[in-house]
Amino acid sequence: MLRYTISRILFMIPTLIGVAVLVFFMLRIVPGDVVEVKLRGDGGNVTQEMVEMERKRLGLDKPLLYQFGDWMVGLAKFDLGKSMWTDRPVIEEILIRLELSLEVAILATIFATLLSVPLGTMAALFRDTWIDYLVRIVTIGGLSIPSFWFGMLIIMSLLFFNWLPPITFTPIYVDPVANLTQLIWPAMAVGYRYCAVTARMIRSSLLEVMNEDYIRTARAKGVFEKLVVSRHALRNALLPAITVMGLEFAFLIGGLVVTEQVFNLNGIGQLFVQSVARNDFMLIQGMVMMIAAFYVFINLVVDLLYGVFDPRIRYG
Amino acid sequence: MLKFFLSLVGAVAFVAAGTGPGAEAQQPKRGGQFNFAISAETPHYDCHGSDTYATLHFSAPFYSTLLRYNLSKFPEVEGDLAKSWAVAPDQMAYTFKLHEGVRFHDGTTLTSADIKATYDRLRNPPQGVVSNRKATFADIDTIETPDANTVIFKMKAVNSSMMDHFASPWNCVYAAKDLATDPNWPKTHINGTGPFTFVEHVKGSYVAGKRNENYFKKGLPYLDSYRGIFTLQAAAMLNAMQGGQVLAEFRGVSPAERDRMVAAMGDQLRVEESSWTLNLIVAFNVEKKPFDDVRVRRALLMAIDRWGGSVGLSRISTLRSVGGIIRPGSPFATPEAELVKLPGFSKDIAKSRAEAKRLLAEAGVPNLKFVLWNRNLAMPYTPAGIFLVDQWRRIGVEVEHVQSDTAPYLAALRAGNYVVSIDFSNLFNDDPTLSLTKYLSTTKNPLNLSRANDAEIDKLYEQQLREGDVEKRKALIRALEKRLFDQAYQQPLLWWHRIVLTHKTVMGWKMSPSHNLGADLAEVWLNQ
Repeated sequence: MLRYTISRILFMIPTLIGVAVLVFFMLRIVPGDVVEVKLRGDGGNVTQEMVEMERKRLGLDKPLLYQFGDWMVGLAKFDLGKSMWTDRPVIEEILIRLELSLEVAILATIFATLLSVPLGTMAALFRDTWIDYLVRIVTIGGLSIPSFWFGMLIIMSLLFFNWLPPITFTPIYVDPVANLTQLIWPAMAVGYRYCAVTARMIRSSLLEVMNEDYIRTARAKGVFEKLVVSRHALRNALLPAITVMGLEFAFLIGGLVVTEQVFNLNGIGQLFVQSVARNDFMLIQGMVMMIAAFYVFINLVVDLLYGVFDPRIRYG
Repeated sequence: MLKFFLSLVGAVAFVAAGTGPGAEAQQPKRGGQFNFAISAETPHYDCHGSDTYATLHFSAPFYSTLLRYNLSKFPEVEGDLAKSWAVAPDQMAYTFKLHEGVRFHDGTTLTSADIKATYDRLRNPPQGVVSNRKATFADIDTIETPDANTVIFKMKAVNSSMMDHFASPWNCVYAAKDLATDPNWPKTHINGTGPFTFVEHVKGSYVAGKRNENYFKKGLPYLDSYRGIFTLQAAAMLNAMQGGQVLAEFRGVSPAERDRMVAAMGDQLRVEESSWTLNLIVAFNVEKKPFDDVRVRRALLMAIDRWGGSVGLSRISTLRSVGGIIRPGSPFATPEAELVKLPGFSKDIAKSRAEAKRLLAEAGVPNLKFVLWNRNLAMPYTPAGIFLVDQWRRIGVEVEHVQSDTAPYLAALRAGNYVVSIDFSNLFNDDPTLSLTKYLSTTKNPLNLSRANDAEIDKLYEQQLREGDVEKRKALIRALEKRLFDQAYQQPLLWWHRIVLTHKTVMGWKMSPSHNLGADLAEVWLNQ
């Protein structure tokens, strides 16, 4: 197991190098640079000399390969460089937002898990009854309605009472009530879709498992139906759901662009959009690397969880 | 629907009656925290190296300037750090007496040396420092400080715009010792003499300030503290205002956003409107055929029905006023009676378009096709682009409207990779020099998107800059405007209209034609 984990971690390195090469050179194809946007984006009457001076300061005047090498050396030392827009370290820019994004992702996962497991199980156990139909309606609704749209509906409902949650982030360790009052709504908005995907996965997976020989055997042995479902069927049916949940969780870290805008959340998604609009290459590169690393890590965790849920799976 | 209509009528009546915050003669109340929205976040704190309102809405409450605009009597100038001033009869020297006992937030006393250090940085930035005002203060020869409270600016040449330049909100006064420590110190640190002291800046979230107990204007500010909350999406900002999370946003909203908020909040909302010191410009790249032909350029300008368009566009966008190169209604603006005689401003649009068609035929391009390069911002660039496509279609011209993100848009314009574009002019006052810089020959100003070089325009620009007599200066500006429009290099499309929404509890804030002014919050108070 340890050997497998170490080898998987080592395999992350070529994956991340590949991502680094792609993101660096693809960004350089985009026309324009951060200096023009920063100095002239609002109509500034800035001389060409100053634009060139700023480009030089940011190292944009150096050959492309030199810039790449410089960045890669930094990466090897876990230094993502400085944002070209704010001059602050990229890691600092990311960490400020990561706490919020991570918390929304965790809350949405909790929300989705708490709802999807019972809903998916009930829909499978009561297949083709009104319960199944109701769950189908709820889950298809979740799949069809974009998260940001659901978020807008939530906001409209709250505004009906002339109330809106706080729009500035308070860490949970400072004031848990203020924190949850702000984040519970976006977590619900994205959690609904997350829940729908997972519930449907659990339903179909459970239906398949319930027809397996070992379930029939368990029933023939006289095991209570509740135990058959919880101990034998659900445990196996959860495996594909875990994969989906892992991918959804990773997606939530950087993919909540519109939802963050709707709720005015200072998260990674908003930062991504802003850095792209400003051509802040260093920040974009840093975020892509972070999200890529996150995806790879979550996949590793999912693979390891397989072993926990299914004792037949062992990594050697 | 009826509720909406009644609310709208109520709000408009409220504005028309002039029941703005300045009009309510109530005794200001001290205290309270004021939360307002800032619809962009500044990349740094340095006023000198910025052109975005995001920096001013962030930094202005922490700083003072030498002079400033009196917003109740705009564009009249009044003292800020300057207690009094005198201009030499030949306009070759400006002497300022400073308020005594002014202290920076770190407790040190402000002296004339701080003013000198600030203006030296503005006009002659050290290596590695960006000053967007270097050209503005190029006419200053020396800065003298005969005593701790007197500063004298001696000029190389007469500059008729100097008082406006001194009143610029971008000239935040920094401490000489801070600049000596690091010329770029103000980019990342705050130490001013303004009404509020810096508390914190949570990146991407908000900036917070609290009352400067040692502020040199006694009794001010009224607020205990404030938070400028970054709300980058207009919808999120409006929701926050409706939900009471923010009480104001000082840049401006669109007519549709105003109507939505009036319908939702009724008499809890204050709506203030003014013409705006911003305009959109139609620019032709004279280096590209057939736009090197003045007939083609002029034909395209003549096809635009600005007077009719302003009626429709003002309902759906922030575009409204028809004007020349100076903001309509301001002291140096061309009166309407004269404006309509200029190419592109005729009220007889049928006649104008017939002439436009004739010019195109004469130039040999009766079925002209081209790409209009525009910025990918919904308000007001998109409606302006669609409007132009329609206007040119009416004289048989086929236009492809391409909108792009700011970075590639600017890159294409700087490289000259366009034929026709929508440009913009972002001003903070009505000073002619500031407005006219945009139209200088491209060899003198690379930001002239037409890429035209016109010695006559440059000469008229220089003459108006050195002319001390207002009427003579006006004549020179008119001559420059006529030359520019006759040659049709570029021309303002429409001027913007500013609409500011505040909760009715927000008092003491003054509306002005520029979103870059009045951001220090010193006189703002909460009536609750």
